[in-house]
Order: sequence, then structure tokens, then C-alpha cells
Amino acid sequence: MTVRIRIPAPLRSVTDGQAELTAHSDNVGQLLGELEARFPQIGPRLRDEDGALRRFVNLYVNGEDVRFLRGLDTDLKAGDEVSIIPAVAGG
Amino acid sequence: MATVYIPTSLRRLTQGSARLASDAADVGALLGWLDEAFPGLGAELFDADGNLHRFVNVYVNNRAIDELQGFETILEREDEVAVIPAISGGQTNGASPASGRFTPQQAVRYSRHIILPEIGGVGQRKLLNAKVVLIGAGGLGSPAALYLAAAGVGTLGVVDFDDVDLSNLHRQIIHGHANVGRPKVESARDRLADINPDTTVVPHTEALTSENAMQILDQYDIVVNGSDNFATRYLVNDAAYLLNKPLVDGAIFRFDGQATVFMPGQGCYRCIFPSPPPPGAVPSCAEAGVLGVLPGMIGVIQATETIKLILGLGHPLVGRWLLYDSLEMEFREIKLQRDPECPLCGDNPTIRALIDYEVFCGAPMAATGG
Repeated sequence: MTVRIRIPAPLRSVTDGQAELTAHSDNVGQLLGELEARFPQIGPRLRDEDGALRRFVNLYVNGEDVRFLRGLDTDLKAGDEVSIIPAVAGG
Repeated sequence: MATVYIPTSLRRLTQGSARLASDAADVGALLGWLDEAFPGLGAELFDADGNLHRFVNVYVNNRAIDELQGFETILEREDEVAVIPAISGGQTNGASPASGRFTPQQAVRYSRHIILPEIGGVGQRKLLNAKVVLIGAGGLGSPAALYLAAAGVGTLGVVDFDDVDLSNLHRQIIHGHANVGRPKVESARDRLADINPDTTVVPHTEALTSENAMQILDQYDIVVNGSDNFATRYLVNDAAYLLNKPLVDGAIFRFDGQATVFMPGQGCYRCIFPSPPPPGAVPSCAEAGVLGVLPGMIGVIQATETIKLILGLGHPLVGRWLLYDSLEMEFREIKLQRDPECPLCGDNPTIRALIDYEVFCGAPMAATGG
């Protein structure tokens, strides 16, 4: 499935500056694997040592938090938009 | 049989009569009778919705009906009712923001609000009576405070323990060059006083802590979050929820901004981010830099949402997370929902009082705003 991934500004340093990527994945877990294969530095930014999603970086599929869907097992279909949104604290 | 005094400016509509007699039982009935008996008079007294014009004062025996029972004020024999359009010389001097009528200066200052049917005199009064607290007088707090004061929000609390630094001025537009080195709260108060003397600024020149947050936030209706570190963000989130106050949230980082409104019971910051990043994982603005104009966009969104909440207008940014990417010049929206597992606002909460946020985040509350 061809899906789009929105990369937030703080992570663009590890995606060669790209704000949007495309990938071909059937679910969110696969998508992360694909991203990590292409951009090895992104892995530790998204997952902890046990491979679980970090609690201060959220993933959304079409605007819905994957924690409220099926987490890393959340299915993706063609045209879906996946957003990575980190916590930021500046004021 | 009460008597109604008609001022000079309205006598053309009462065939020149200065005093009229009426057997109306109360003020509402009396005004209704004037409206029916004297064509044209009603339009001088009431707006399209049947409310008294903001500039019309009604007195019974020289007391404003706002201090009595309004339209339900009972009229007895010998009572004298006066209908005074304020702008043409009625008793407007000394009207305070809390009382029912605007001073002539207020009627002009807020005229562009008042002519909006969605705001009107009633809405402007709500703004004047509103109490809003800004956490931080920094990048977000600056534009938010400037617009809230300009809009006539009557009480603005400002919480910030920091002094104005030269490096703040590229984005913290409430502060000027001459104020470098002064406490931000004092600098902000002076600027806001110049923008609108109707706004009372309550200075809280201290760090927001677990010890003082409940007492400070409890004095206000709405909390606007412009803090610059995770520990304070969790503190403000928890305190606002525990006090049942709406929290108008905003955050910025480099070129990106985020904004949402947390209404108690409809999700909170912990529902989005159950735990903070480890210390050092996310750099601060001081470490990573920030586009100076960025907090203007987010802070003005926060001011807009605050004003909408006060007025009960439109669709608030509740359950929606607005993300702003200044480089792509793009706004996107993410759905937010309450997490039933949330330790604060979930079904089985474990946080029932403020905790130690520096321990929780493993990082000090470095500064409060920007």
C-alpha cells in the first residue's frame, strides 16, 4: 500500500530534510521498519530500547492516534496519511 | 401611578412631554408601553433582540435598574423612572467595568466589537468581567496578552519569574528594549496598561509550582498556557483539570507550533502524551532556536480561543489539535480524545492532587515563559 508519511521539523534532520515521504506498508509496524531501513537514525527517536513506541512521540493515521486504533498493528490502506507528532514544550 | 422622565433628546418622540404617567406594574411593562405608545421610541431604547441599548440607562428613583431587579423592578405609586441615553449626557461618569453600562470612552473603544451582533454590548461586558491567567509572559504569552487586553478582558493574571533578556526581544513582543533586565511581569503590566486602562493586570512574579499553582489558577476563569518546559506543562495541565478550568494550550519549537483547548473531562495533555520525554531528548528554544514570528501565530490562536470561550462563540478548538508548520505554511488538524486510561482524567484516575513535576520530568522548571 502506498501511504504518505508526514515528518515533523524536529525529525527532518534524520530524513535528509524531507517533510513528506511515501512508503509501501500494510500496517504501522511495517511502516516503521521501512523508515528505519531507509533512515537508521530515526529508530531511536521513535522507539524505546524494547521497540515500543515512545510515549512522547505520537503516530496518527488520517488524524487518529494509533494508540486508540490497533497500535503498531493498525492497518494501512492506499492513500492513508501517517503523521509523526512529537511533544514540544517551547513557549 | 409611576412617572417617567423623558430626556430632552427623546422628547421629539413624546410630543414634547418631559413627564409621562403610567400604571405599569414593573419596569419591563413600562418600557413596553413606551415602545407601543410612542412610535420610534422603542428603536431608541432597544436593539433588534429586544435588549436595552448599551447606551441607555434606566433609573428608578435615581437608582440604576441593574442595581435593582432589572426589568422586573416593581413600580409603586410616586416612583419616578428616568430613561437616559448615556451618550447624550446621561449619568455615565464613574461607571465601573463591573457595572452594567459602558462609559462613553468604552463605548467608543469597543465599538467595533459592539456592532458585531455576535458580540454586542452583552459580549463586551463578558470580556470586561472575564479573568484570564497567562502562564508565562514569553513568546506565546506576549501576543496573547496584548490581544486579550486590547479586546477588553478585564483581569489578566501574568505568571513569570523571569527578567527580560535581550535574546527574548526577537519574539516576545510585549517587552521593549528599554525593559531589558526588568521583571517580565512588570514590563508586561506597563505595556498592557498603555494598551487598555480597563484591564487590571495581576502580577505573579514567581515560578509556578505544585505549592502555589492551585491557589493562583483558582482566581481565574481560563488558563492560557505559554510555558516553556515540560514540567510546567504537566503542572498546568493537572492544576487546570483539578480546578475544572478550561486550558488554552499552545507550544512551539523551531518552525512548528501546536494549539488546542482542553475542556475538563474532554481530554487533557496527558491523554496525548502520557509521559514526558527524558531530559535532553527534546531541546529547548534556547538550545534549538525558534523562528521569532512563530509564537505570534500560536499565541494569537490562543487569544482567539480564549475570547471565543468567554463569549461562547463558534466552535472551540476542543478535541482538535491544530498543528502549524511555518515552513510549509500549512495547518493540519489531529483528532484528540479523552484516554480512558489517562491517570488524570481517565476512568480510574491515580493523580488526584499535584505531584512533584521536576521528579516526574527529571528536569527542572527552568523558566516559565519562553
